[in-house]
Amino acid sequence: MDANIISFYIFAVIAVLASLGVVGQRNPMHSVMLLIVSFGALAGLYVLLDAPFSAVTQIIIYAGAIMVLFLFVVMLLNAHTEDDIPKTTIGPRALRIGVLLSLLLGVEVAVALSRLGITSFNNDPGMVSAISSVSRIGTQLFTTHSFAFEVTSILILVSMVGAVVIARREH
Amino acid sequence: MLTLNHFLILSGVLFSIGTIGVFLRRNLITILLSIEIMLNAVNLTFVAAGRYIGTVDGQIITFFVMTVAAAEAAVGLALVISLFRHRETLSPEAFTSLKW
Repeated sequence: MDANIISFYIFAVIAVLASLGVVGQRNPMHSVMLLIVSFGALAGLYVLLDAPFSAVTQIIIYAGAIMVLFLFVVMLLNAHTEDDIPKTTIGPRALRIGVLLSLLLGVEVAVALSRLGITSFNNDPGMVSAISSVSRIGTQLFTTHSFAFEVTSILILVSMVGAVVIARREH
Repeated sequence: MLTLNHFLILSGVLFSIGTIGVFLRRNLITILLSIEIMLNAVNLTFVAAGRYIGTVDGQIITFFVMTVAAAEAAVGLALVISLFRHRETLSPEAFTSLKW
């Protein structure tokens, strides 16, 4: 057992337990906090995958910006607990079908993955340093993917205007 | 020895947890958080696959997914605030006016 695989299992267990906590919590505030823990573990996994740029953006953008937005809304709405499930609209049968569908998805993914043989990573040092280089990511982003990058700026503008318009108080 | 399979299995587990959250929870904010879990599971697959084939494209797609997630969170939370103002609840069962 080398250090990489031990770190993988530590981060994987943290990510899975924190995600289960997000789904299991009734207080949205605790869910958001646990999701930040899960994102931290995923950033660790990105480091194991020689992707330091993705790890840093995961921490800065996801844990730093998006989750703070969620926290603001949770605190603004002051909704600490989930409403009880009204008996008339959704029964335990519908919930059971939902869980069943999710488990079915899990089984499907497991079957699809079991058809894949064991595929170990290529640890050629030249390749590893090439894919972990931020300057290479930047070059690719602004040459090959420049159109997608520009479209992203329009998407951000549209969502910014949309968020302001939708959340505006009507007079 | 760390293999691609480790990451794909973890990603599948996280995605399933996210779908369970979307199906099971009766709180709009928790449902949005479950969608974030699913997006992150897919990001992990992209980075692992990019590492496997030896290109940076996986990391670039992850970057775009994060941007879309930020836009989705902003608009989604604006909708949640607007809905909460109308009905004073976060339960999706309260927003069924368009249900046939």
